[in-house]
Amino acid sequence: MADKILMKGNEAIAAAAIKAGCMHYFGYPITPQTEIAAYMAKVMPKIGGTFLQAESEIAAINMVYGVASAGKRVMTSSSSPGVSLKGEGLSYLAGSDLPALIVNVQRGGPGLGGIQPSQSDYFQSTRGGGHGDYHMIVLAPASVQEMAELTVKGFELADTYRMTAMILADGTMGQMMEPVSIEDLEVKPAPEKPWATTGTKMAREHNIVNSLSLVPEELEELNFKRYDRYKVIEENETMYEEYMVDDADIVIAAFGIAARVSKNAVDEARKLGIKVGLIRPITLWPFPKAPFKKAAEHAKAFLSVELNMGQMIEDVQLAIESKCPVTLCNRAGGMIPDPAQVLNAIKEINGGIA
Amino acid sequence: MSAKNMLFSGFGGQGILFAGKFIAYKGLIEEKQVSWLPSYGPEMRGGTASCSVIVSDTPVGSPIVSNPDILVAMNLPSLDRFESKVVPGGMIFADSTLIERKVERDDVKVFYIPATKMASDEQLGNLANMIIVGKLLKETGDYTEEGIKAALDKVIPAKRANMKDVNFKAIRMGADF
Repeated sequence: MADKILMKGNEAIAAAAIKAGCMHYFGYPITPQTEIAAYMAKVMPKIGGTFLQAESEIAAINMVYGVASAGKRVMTSSSSPGVSLKGEGLSYLAGSDLPALIVNVQRGGPGLGGIQPSQSDYFQSTRGGGHGDYHMIVLAPASVQEMAELTVKGFELADTYRMTAMILADGTMGQMMEPVSIEDLEVKPAPEKPWATTGTKMAREHNIVNSLSLVPEELEELNFKRYDRYKVIEENETMYEEYMVDDADIVIAAFGIAARVSKNAVDEARKLGIKVGLIRPITLWPFPKAPFKKAAEHAKAFLSVELNMGQMIEDVQLAIESKCPVTLCNRAGGMIPDPAQVLNAIKEINGGIA
Repeated sequence: MSAKNMLFSGFGGQGILFAGKFIAYKGLIEEKQVSWLPSYGPEMRGGTASCSVIVSDTPVGSPIVSNPDILVAMNLPSLDRFESKVVPGGMIFADSTLIERKVERDDVKVFYIPATKMASDEQLGNLANMIIVGKLLKETGDYTEEGIKAALDKVIPAKRANMKDVNFKAIRMGADF
């Protein structure tokens, strides 16, 4: 096994992307994800890849569309306001069934907002981000090692299902350093892409990549087919981590940095004899409904811990079919709940159900 | 102690983030679980810089240190801001060249090190940070020459290898203080 090194989460994403065979990166700087672009700027020219600082986020996402059409692994990264700018491009990528990896290292919003960590783009990413009926696969890392692993996974899922995958991180995940091993990442070879626009060489029919479809019957058919594919993904690709859920009276739902904070609170609450557990969705879309539904068979209450005004809480309520109450424990605008705040929320719920 | 939660704080340019990174790498080399999280807000541009460092025997939960076991304060605003946050029984390492006041609490161990003056007297440039790191390692029982040298190898890039000796000298000076 290779030695682990300390890397920022942002750098780990960039290094893992290259390891996954991504040779083309387009972006525009924005805090707190700029280290991704900086890493790419340094490394891509040395390995014959493309690093291009576009004139805007909109230009960058359309460059991604171009490379994706040619069947190559490609990525862009930004932070919340920049990802909003990419919204149109995300929809076009979906409409053209193109695989690509998008990274959103979230910061507080709305608007230009601030630069501190946030999870307030949950709705935006899990519901697609742009116009029209579509989804992205949304992956939520909670460690620097996972930033790397899910980057590789994101490329693989994107290629497998011909759609965009998004890494939904936050400023903490991007800026923190933890031990990580890039060399040990396992990368499966990219699948064949017979649909790619690589030139016919006079040997085959033209491949056409396009999101315009003016005949409504045909467009409806495309939407139906896409959603058939989404169903397969929902069945096969959900990822989550459970922590002390088996006997839990109270189950916390939290992803990313909020899950790290919540884990501390679970440990503290267990010391006090309160039966608390944690379900950490790793895929936010598809949302891991099954473990929540199962936990609702014994849990008396759920607690959604989020760095926003309460977004994932709706998916938790849907997953447990409102069988028991779900409370929100949150901070917003770039603030992060500390374990004591989560512990207090647990105690309050425990008082109510005891 | 299964986990040490540390907060390093001072002016931008004092090597706060570097000192934290060094401690994290030393932990990694000694097979501990570690995390390092910098403040990256607008305040770090010319103002205060700080970083949370956790070195633990068990997996690190939240990487954010709000109540440190160990506080390194390299300027007055840092001490003013974080003194009350240190856990009872914790440790404060203060650069007494730049901080004229004393720590008000009596439930923490305090170490005053005139690190900025020591660095300038010994022509160690801006290595006051590493002098304090030396004292910290000594007082926490983590002073191991091998670990220190291995960590310096990791945090100092090869093209600046000549900096390793002076960093080590600064760490030893702090440990001997």
